[in-house]
Amino acid sequence: MALDPRIQAATLLHRFGFAPKPGGLAAFYKDPRAALLAELDRPNAGLIFNDDLLSAGEAARASFDFRQERKAERLARRAGDEMDKAAANAAKEAAKNATSNPMATPLGDAKPEMAKPDAAPQAADAKPKQQPGMPQQIYLEEARARLDNALNAELGFAERLVWFWSNHFCVSADKGQVRPLCGAFEREAIRPFIAGKFADMLLAVETHPAMLLYLDNVRSLGPNSVAGLRQGKGLNENLAREILELHTLGVRTGYSQADVTSFAKVITGWTITPPKQPENGGDFVFNARMHEPGPQHVIDRDYDDNGIAQGRAVLARLAVHPATAKHIASKLARHFVSDAPPQALVDRLAKRFIDSSGDLKAVSRELVLAPEAWDAPRTKMRRPGEWLVGALRSTGIAPSDVRPLVQAQNLLGEPLWRPPAPNGFSDDSAAWMDGLAQRLDISNQFARRTGDLIDPQAVAEASFGPLLSKDTQEALARAESRQQGVALLLMSPEMQRR
Amino acid sequence: MTFKPHLATRRELLLGSGALFAWAYMPKLAQAEGRDPRLMVIVLRGALDGLATVAPFGDPDWVRLRGDQGLRLDGDNAALKLDTLFAINPAMPNFYRLYQAKQAAVVHAVASPYRERSHFDGQDVLESGVTAPGASDSGWLNRAWHALTPADQVTGRQAFAVGPITPLVARGPAPVMSWTPSKLQPASNDTMSRLLDLYRHTDPALGKALEERGALAAIAQGEAKGMTPAKVAATPGIPGAAVRAYFAESAGAAAKFMARADGPRVGALAFDGWDTHAQEGAAHGRLSALLGALDGAIGAIETGMGAAWKETAVVVVTEFGRTARINGTEGTDHGTATVALLAGGAIAGGRVIADWPGVSEAALYQARDLRPTTDLRAVLKGLLKDHLRADERALANVVFPGSIAVKPMTGLMA
Repeated sequence: MALDPRIQAATLLHRFGFAPKPGGLAAFYKDPRAALLAELDRPNAGLIFNDDLLSAGEAARASFDFRQERKAERLARRAGDEMDKAAANAAKEAAKNATSNPMATPLGDAKPEMAKPDAAPQAADAKPKQQPGMPQQIYLEEARARLDNALNAELGFAERLVWFWSNHFCVSADKGQVRPLCGAFEREAIRPFIAGKFADMLLAVETHPAMLLYLDNVRSLGPNSVAGLRQGKGLNENLAREILELHTLGVRTGYSQADVTSFAKVITGWTITPPKQPENGGDFVFNARMHEPGPQHVIDRDYDDNGIAQGRAVLARLAVHPATAKHIASKLARHFVSDAPPQALVDRLAKRFIDSSGDLKAVSRELVLAPEAWDAPRTKMRRPGEWLVGALRSTGIAPSDVRPLVQAQNLLGEPLWRPPAPNGFSDDSAAWMDGLAQRLDISNQFARRTGDLIDPQAVAEASFGPLLSKDTQEALARAESRQQGVALLLMSPEMQRR
Repeated sequence: MTFKPHLATRRELLLGSGALFAWAYMPKLAQAEGRDPRLMVIVLRGALDGLATVAPFGDPDWVRLRGDQGLRLDGDNAALKLDTLFAINPAMPNFYRLYQAKQAAVVHAVASPYRERSHFDGQDVLESGVTAPGASDSGWLNRAWHALTPADQVTGRQAFAVGPITPLVARGPAPVMSWTPSKLQPASNDTMSRLLDLYRHTDPALGKALEERGALAAIAQGEAKGMTPAKVAATPGIPGAAVRAYFAESAGAAAKFMARADGPRVGALAFDGWDTHAQEGAAHGRLSALLGALDGAIGAIETGMGAAWKETAVVVVTEFGRTARINGTEGTDHGTATVALLAGGAIAGGRVIADWPGVSEAALYQARDLRPTTDLRAVLKGLLKDHLRADERALANVVFPGSIAVKPMTGLMA
């Protein structure tokens, strides 16, 4: 394919990173692979340092306290209502105004708390602006931190890996209790392991409160456990199934319904402390009283019942299973290289995964060094989040408010931490092509606001270098205004594809 | 940077995505009979609990199976009796009314040929019409439409989608257009044409995608005015007004397009959210709210179709059913057989079609699920054959490849 080494370098940098920051690509032409891999060698690769962000337990407790306060206010208001009906009417009126004000609910029904009747008390004091609920505040702070990491990254390979793994092990903010935990989940269970062992990431994920809540394991009871016998209740096999189907082995890899059921039994008792506990509420806990007693057979092995260690042993086995290696290898190649990645590449990645016992740095390295990663044509659509971050990075526009970004991702069908189902967002380019008209609308909005500050031709030269086509160059040169040029730049094939 | 608030709700983006598609022709055979049939397919993603939708209250094992979690005929929120064996969820008064008017029917203990329990594979088989998951990137509805012989050229192309992603069932060789309801300002015509020109020279696939969307926006502007994004949901976890509004708006708008003389004749919508592992709430909670929203969508289709309702068939399908028993968290896990719902003026309704397997311990499939006794493909083939006059050989080879042994169900149409 491409013979010019600069073309190959630019292809690689866009494929594994975000669109470059204003300095452009030029500094990295010499050794793009080394530049990409250097991001993984940094001791804090992928991590976010921000003391204001809460741990999962802290977020759960803060959200619990917030709900309690709201409840107390509601009760107090109700008592007041009896005494003063006129005041109640005023409160209702104010509440109506507050929730119909688009600025008060910038995310529409992405913020269920805002719509609840108990959102009214603050409005009753005729405060024009109402703070979003605690879970939403936490969600937005986390979104901000994540955006900043992506905007500030040198090339963004580490961050792209974070996004990949976060989608592989997705949780959803649309489940009420999970909303304040999504950011903590990514920081605690994904980021520390992108250049570490898959087994460690897997264990961190499956013991994280967000995942246990999202896939219903927190209340799954061993039918013969102390709690199960007392309550006459039993299993929920959701998490066990998705671990096998989505997180590790992959669908149709030979496990049976019996494996799902026995694995579900193995992980009974993997739950959280009730959030009302002031010290450790919302934290992961192994509750032996919920755990199904006895040995279990999962796939090809028997596992003695030694409490939480039983589940750890199953996960450790799954983490290095050849089917897991194949599954992860093909997803990685599909995400970064091609909708239909070359089989040879997938095989090499899988082999590397097995040979290194799931060392993700080694596997990522194999991927970046692969000749297929140089040669594959740029046919992948940038996913909405990648595209938005790329637009901001290349134009050097730093948003002061994260909410418009969150809204844009909603509109483009990739709402942050809110996938439609546990298999995450699609990695198929065709699926994202459907949102092209929405991208154009957003490009126009963006251009209207910022077009005068940006020189689209200069940005295109710096960002795409040798990848910039003559046609795009001409279209930008001929644009009737800078605004139009910016819209065309963001919509150019170079910015849409990678 | 600030973007104008778009007011897109998550329901628009996540709960539904659909497509209506139309080509420059109507089916020749049906038209020769003086008919102008419409077919709308609603895919419920996440696996609908058929036993909580249409309950076999007359089955001697029913009460033992579901206990107080099962629908019953007494008490508040009693199920609505369809016949001596079955009753429908009380959240579905529209469907019940149509059933009594013989314009709605239920097929029970039905399943696609898929026998595993992965949503994503199950949806793939359901929507592709191919028995091996992941083996086809086109859907049976698209191929069925593509295989029909056109009657004549009708000018104009009309279509829309709800949500940014077209469901697989509607993807394929016949061109699909789709539309997302939003309050976005459309791009200026000049920017659009420059962009299309650029794509033509550099990336025709992008050009095609944008062109179809653009053409759509113009129709949508004229046709769907007054469609406002759904308002916020009332209770987290339990779908509220937003979901109801979204289901009704997208289905109603689809119907209005299809009712037009030059509008699409075949369409598909998908609604997510049926994966009720915990706190299923058949009579009062989540599932009840979802079924209510679905019922509202059916009502909106009836209204939106207007006079065309008498030539309309709506079929509601899902990838598989759920466990017969309630699980440890008052929900149900992935199962096998479920229901398919049929509605429309063209349906020979007022009956539950079922080779009922029973719900005794011994009758359950793999001792856990409702046993499938009807192949969903037979139902769909029956609709395509008798409603659209699809060719039986094409149905067996192209639309549902390898399904020659699965005979189209007869007598579904009035």
